Amino acid sequence: MTRARAHRTALRWLPLAPATTLLLLFLAGPIAYCVWLAFTDTQLTGQASASFVGLANFRRAFADDGFRNAVLLTLVFTVLSSLVGQNTLGFALAALMRRASKPVRTLTGAVVIAAWVLPEIVAAFLLYTFFNRRGTLNAVLEWLHLPQQNWLFTLPILAVSFANVWRGTAFSMLVYSAALAEIPQDVTEAAEVDGASGLRRLWHITLPMIRRSIGTNLMLNTLQTLSVFGLIWAMTRGGPGDRSQTLPVFMYDQAFLKSLIGYGTAIALLLLLVGAVFSAVYVRLLREEV
Amino acid sequence: MRPTRPVLLVALSALALTSCGSGSGDDPDTVKVAYQRSTDNKVRIMDAYLAGIKKQFERTYQGKKLRLLPVQASQDDYYTKIQQMMRSPKTAPDLVREDTFLINADIKSGYLRPLDDKLAAWKHWDRFAASAKASARAEDGRTYGVPDGTDTRGLWFNKELFARAGLPADWRPRTWNDVLDAARAVKRAVPGVIPLNVYTGKGAGEGAAMQGFEMLLYGTGADPLYDPAAKKWRAGTTGFRDSLEFVRTVFAEKLGPQPSDALDPNVSTRVAGEWIPEGKLAIALDGSWLGKYWQPDGSRPWPQWSRVMGRAAFPTQDGRDPGRVSLSGGWTWSISARSTKADLAWQLVELLQSPENATDWTVRDGQIAVRDDVAANDRYRSSMPGVEFFTGLVKNTHYRPALPVYPQVSSAIQEAMESVTTGDASTERAARRYDERLRSIAGADGVKAS
Repeated sequence: MTRARAHRTALRWLPLAPATTLLLLFLAGPIAYCVWLAFTDTQLTGQASASFVGLANFRRAFADDGFRNAVLLTLVFTVLSSLVGQNTLGFALAALMRRASKPVRTLTGAVVIAAWVLPEIVAAFLLYTFFNRRGTLNAVLEWLHLPQQNWLFTLPILAVSFANVWRGTAFSMLVYSAALAEIPQDVTEAAEVDGASGLRRLWHITLPMIRRSIGTNLMLNTLQTLSVFGLIWAMTRGGPGDRSQTLPVFMYDQAFLKSLIGYGTAIALLLLLVGAVFSAVYVRLLREEV
Repeated sequence: MRPTRPVLLVALSALALTSCGSGSGDDPDTVKVAYQRSTDNKVRIMDAYLAGIKKQFERTYQGKKLRLLPVQASQDDYYTKIQQMMRSPKTAPDLVREDTFLINADIKSGYLRPLDDKLAAWKHWDRFAASAKASARAEDGRTYGVPDGTDTRGLWFNKELFARAGLPADWRPRTWNDVLDAARAVKRAVPGVIPLNVYTGKGAGEGAAMQGFEMLLYGTGADPLYDPAAKKWRAGTTGFRDSLEFVRTVFAEKLGPQPSDALDPNVSTRVAGEWIPEGKLAIALDGSWLGKYWQPDGSRPWPQWSRVMGRAAFPTQDGRDPGRVSLSGGWTWSISARSTKADLAWQLVELLQSPENATDWTVRDGQIAVRDDVAANDRYRSSMPGVEFFTGLVKNTHYRPALPVYPQVSSAIQEAMESVTTGDASTERAARRYDERLRSIAGADGVKAS
């Protein structure tokens, strides 16, 4: 009997075998190779053979003020553009659109989603021309007789954060639209009858009811934002100096421009760690109250 | 069904998977050539030249094919791309154009094939200048590339703007201060014009380190960057700080372009294609090849250039001997170590380096000749105004330390330059950070404090 069951279990695995093999080959393999690289001094050029160096790359990272600067900027970029920007703006748009007439809703939705579906590099160039010293934003400011700024040079991290908000808000808007539509009407109506103001309704009813969606959205948003590379690379290349060099850009610079593949991979693993920390914090904050 | 069956199936599907993807079709009769294509879409000098070579090659060697692999990228990205291509026999080009700045790093990585066996039997090798032959010679004494030209560097200045600033048309600066004073005079007399361009920062890449910084550094004393006798890099030198201070002065006194323009990766394209021909830049510390862009067949034809632009050698810091500084680089044709068609690739090198083709290339690309037969060729000597001047700088020119870690040292220099350009760091602090970086690059025993 048990043998027969074991047999059946084995048979059940059969259809999964090709997929499992594919995953092992093309995903687990490269990931394992990456982890291995992080503990070696592999270089892209200038080296006859690589050797195992243990934790040297990680020690180097913590002693490297370029790395510290990148961590700090990554936090700024993530908090500004994901937590504050995309998340809040996405929720606000979703809430406002519930009340809007259909044509307004359709138009707003189309515009916001258009920014999201644009390829990253196209969006980056649009925003580069917007923020450039001789770009659209300064032209508008000039027309309004306001002082102009060389945005990409003086406030590069703000410029790329704004760019990321512009590009990624649609995702939050969609998540929150779906979440708000799920709230049963009678609860909101009951609160209204009891005379709760709009803000109190938001705080005591709406937010608790969509807390799950908030958690999911924050998590996905943060992880997407942490790995933004093309947008920053095309707009500022991490410069001027290293004033917009977030971790992915720093990683690329070390691995491919300075040829330090091993060190770059170690930084990639540390970036993974940063993502894990954010995720853990969200999970804790949004745990269902018992 | 026995439990071993799934295992067998997994193994089989793995086999099936790995067998697809091979057979990338490495045709034994096709030679693949990788080279950099300019990011300026108007510049197709190499493409046009190689298209002609392809025709010659396929005519000369019946049944053989030449496949061009242009890599359109900035210089840094080009290096990265070819290194990645050369890591695998499937993607390795047979012939690759290597910058002598990087070639030693690539040799050490085992990406390139030594050419001594081929050079020994090649009659034209003796025509090359000794310094050029050495530019692709590695620490193991073997030669890994055939140079196809070199370059020198100096000052280009706009005589019309100089006249408005009361500066002479036969300007001959003797010291760094003469250069700065001329820039200050332009700033006072001709508003709206960039007085002086010195490449700086990571955007300009190696152009900043070599054309900007080392032009200054090599005028501060002997072997200021690397001490070949002690085999150590030099940290904490006064010359290094003085050179950084020069860069800082240019940007702090607003004698240079806007920092955001100066740090833009496309700055070199703008200098040659926009600022100089439009009369927006008075003095450019730049390369011997600029004229080629302004020739009738160049990317930015400018008929008056030979009348408007003057040339001067870049001076040493305080006029000490020999009174002038130039740096030289150059590119070589090398054969990838993973190429299975080394013989065919070598035949292509010989074709590229036939006296006619070598002269043709040198003239087309505005290069400085590295072969005596090319240098003596009338077509070369009359190819462009100023070619004599820049060829004359060869005797005082310096080559960069051809060591595998040089690219990393260069990037540390670029970062130091960038931080004084933006004003993020003082000269002192940027120099200190460079010294720290140097120790992590070359190891404490590879650095000598002075």
